[in-house]
Amino acid sequence: MTALVPTPTRTSTSTRTSTPPPTRRQSHGLLMAAPALLLFGLFALVPLVGVVALSLARWDGLGSVGWAGGANWTGVLTDGATWQALWLTVKVMAVSWLVQTPVALALGAFQAPRGRLRALFAVLFFFPLLLSAVAIGLTWQALLDPSFGIGATPGLHWLAEPLLGSPDLALYTVIFVIAWQFVPFHALLYQAGIRQIPTALYEAAALDGAGPATRFWRITLPQLKYTMVTSSTLMLVGSLTYFDLIFVLSGGTGGPGTATRVLPLAMYITGFQAHDMGRASAVATLLVVLGLGLSLLTTRLSGFARMDSQQEGM
Amino acid sequence: MQGIPLTGSSGIPGARRAVASVVVLAAAMSLAACGTSGPSTTESAKGLTMWALNDQTILKDSVDAYNKDHPDAKITLRLFANDDYKQKLRVAFGADQAPDIFFSWGGGALNDYVEAGKVDALTEAQVDTARFTPSVMQSATFGGEVYGVPANGLAPVVLYYNKKVLKKAGVEPPKTYDDLLAAVRKLKGEDVVPLSLAANSKWPTLMYLEYLLDRTGGSRVFTKIASGDSATWKDPSVTRANQYLQDLSKAGAFGDNASSVSYDQGASTALLYTGKAAMEVMGTWEYANIAKAAPDLLKDGDLGYTAFPALPDGAGSPKNIVGNPSNFLSLNAASKNKSAALTYLKDYVLDDSQVDAYLAAGSVPPVKGLESKLAAVTSTSDKQWLTFVYDLVQNAPGFQLSWDQALPSDQADPLLTNTDKSFLRQISPAEFGTSMSKAGS
Repeated sequence: MTALVPTPTRTSTSTRTSTPPPTRRQSHGLLMAAPALLLFGLFALVPLVGVVALSLARWDGLGSVGWAGGANWTGVLTDGATWQALWLTVKVMAVSWLVQTPVALALGAFQAPRGRLRALFAVLFFFPLLLSAVAIGLTWQALLDPSFGIGATPGLHWLAEPLLGSPDLALYTVIFVIAWQFVPFHALLYQAGIRQIPTALYEAAALDGAGPATRFWRITLPQLKYTMVTSSTLMLVGSLTYFDLIFVLSGGTGGPGTATRVLPLAMYITGFQAHDMGRASAVATLLVVLGLGLSLLTTRLSGFARMDSQQEGM
Repeated sequence: MQGIPLTGSSGIPGARRAVASVVVLAAAMSLAACGTSGPSTTESAKGLTMWALNDQTILKDSVDAYNKDHPDAKITLRLFANDDYKQKLRVAFGADQAPDIFFSWGGGALNDYVEAGKVDALTEAQVDTARFTPSVMQSATFGGEVYGVPANGLAPVVLYYNKKVLKKAGVEPPKTYDDLLAAVRKLKGEDVVPLSLAANSKWPTLMYLEYLLDRTGGSRVFTKIASGDSATWKDPSVTRANQYLQDLSKAGAFGDNASSVSYDQGASTALLYTGKAAMEVMGTWEYANIAKAAPDLLKDGDLGYTAFPALPDGAGSPKNIVGNPSNFLSLNAASKNKSAALTYLKDYVLDDSQVDAYLAAGSVPPVKGLESKLAAVTSTSDKQWLTFVYDLVQNAPGFQLSWDQALPSDQADPLLTNTDKSFLRQISPAEFGTSMSKAGS
C-alpha cells in the first residue's frame, strides 16, 4: 500500500512550484473520476450557473424572463427577514453540532466493541436513518401534539407543552428532531473510525497503567480526528441546507410566526409560494457561497486535505 | 495502515483541498436533498388531460362519465396533493406542458394565469354560466369575463359547536362577539378549550381575521385591498379586526396549545368531536370530516352550527360570509382540444348526477334552484345541514373569497405570517396593517 500511495509530506510547499508532468497513473485517475465529474457538472455546476443567472432576472415562473440587474440582490441583502433567516440557520448549525457530536461519539464508542447486545442496540439506533424526513416530520408532529400526542399519556403530562407552537421553543424542538434523525449516521461514522484504531495502542496504554477514561481521551479522540472533521463538515454544511424536516414540522410555513424560517425555507417560500424566482435564486446563490466557504474553512482549519497519517511509526 | 488519500498523487495542495471540500459539499447536499420526479404526462393525440386535487373523488366520476360517452377521445385525469398541485401547475404552465383543463381556487391565483394569457375566457353560450350562483362566479370573473366553471361544493366558513359541551357549561351558541367572549370565559371555567384552532397551519387563524374585518368594516375594505389598493390595509377597521382577534386570544379563547395544532393532522377537528373543545370556526368541508370520524355525534344530533357571530356596532352585514365559494375548472388557452374540453365543462361538470352526488356527501354545489332536491334528502341531519348552508349562501349579500386565495400569490405568505404574528401577539394590531401595506406595495 505504501508503495502505491506515497504519504504526502508536511513540507509540500516545494511541489506547489514544480508540478510533475502527468504520468500514466494520473490519466487513469482522471478516467476513473470521469463519471463522477460528469454527473457533478451536469447536476451541480450547470444548475448553479442557471441559478446565478436567474438571480439577476425577474421571473414569476409563468411569464417571460426580464432583466432585473442587482435589484434582487439589494432586495435580499437589505431585507431584515433574510438576516433573521440566516441567524436561525447559524443557530441550527451550531446547536446541531453541539448536540449531535457528543451523542454520536458516545453512541459510536458504545457500538464499536463487538457483542450481540451492542449489535442489537446498533440496529435500533440506526432505525431513524432509514425513515424519510417527511415520515419523521409527520410522526413527530403527531407525537408532540399537546392534546393527543405523548403528552396525553398518564405520567407524561409535563410533555403536554406547545413545543412546536411556542416561538421560543419551536427551533430547539426542530433541532432535537433533526438530531434524532442524523445522530445514527454520525454514530456509524464514529463506530467505523473507532474500529480502525489498532488494539495495540490500547494494550500498550493499559500496560502503562492508563484507565478507560484516559485511554478514551488520549487514544480514541486523537485517532478520530479525521472522522470528526468529516462528520462535522457533513453536519455543518448539511444543516446549512437542511430543509425537508423543518418544512414538515412547521406546516410548510417556518412558523410559529417566523421562528423556524431558516434560509433554505425562506428561499423555497420566496420561489414557490410567492413565485419570485429571481429573488429566490439570489438567496440560493447566497447559500451556495456560504456552503462552499464553510466546507473550505473546515477542511483548511482542520488540515483535512493534508491527510497526515495518525499512526506514523506503527 | 495509512490515512485515506483523496487524490492518487501529490498534486497541488490548494487544488486538492478545493476538490476535497467540493466532494464533501456534494456529499452533504445529496445527504440532505430529497428526490423529486417530474411530471410525466402521457398525452394521446386525441385525448384531453385534466389536473385536479386528489380529494376530488366526485369530480372524478364526471370524468368517468365523459370517458364512457367518448371512448376514442378520453380525458386523462391526474390527481395531486394540495401544496404539490399549486407548484406543479405553475411549473407546467411555465414550461408549456400544462393540462387542457385545470382545477383552481379562483381569485388572485387564477388571475395570475389569466394575466399571463394562459387561460381562455368562457362565454355564457359555451358553458351555460347562468345555472350557477352569481356570488360564486365572482371569484372566477376578471374584467367582466368568466374564466372558470364551479366544480364542487360551496365552502363558506361557519361556527361549529359541540352541543353537549355547551349545555354542560350552560352556554348558548353565541350570536354576537360579546356573547362569544362571555362564552369563552364560562367554558374556560369548565376546563375545555373554548375555540379549537389549528394555528400551526396559519390559514385557520386567517378565517377569524376575514370575518372580523368584514363584520367591523364591511366588505368594501377588503374589496378595495384586493383591487390593488394596499394602502387600505392601514384602514382603522383592519386594526380593530386585529384587536378583536388579540382580545379573543388574550381571553384564552384558543387554549394554550393552538399554535402547536396542525390542521392536516386532524387534531383541531378531533378536539371538537371528542368534547375537549366547545367550538370551531372552519369551512363546510369540516362537516364531512366529522361525519366520517365521529358518526355518533351526528346521529345523536350533538353537532351544532351557526353563522359567525355578529358585531352589532360594526359596519358589515352579519349575513356576509367568507370562505371558498367553490373550486373552478378552467381551460388552458394553449389547448388543442378546446371543443371537447368545452363539451366536458358544459355537459358533465355539476350535471344532475354530480349535484346529487355532492348533496349525498353533505356538500351544497353552487347551482341555482336546489330547493326541491334539498327537500328530497332523506337523512334528517344531512337535510338540516344542507339547508343551513344553502340558505346561508342564498341570503348572503357578499361572499368573500379567502384572502390568501384572493390576493396575488406573492402576498399570500406575508399575509399568513403577519396573521400568525398578530395571533401570537408578536406585533400590535396596528402593525399588522402597516406591514401588510408594505408587502402589498
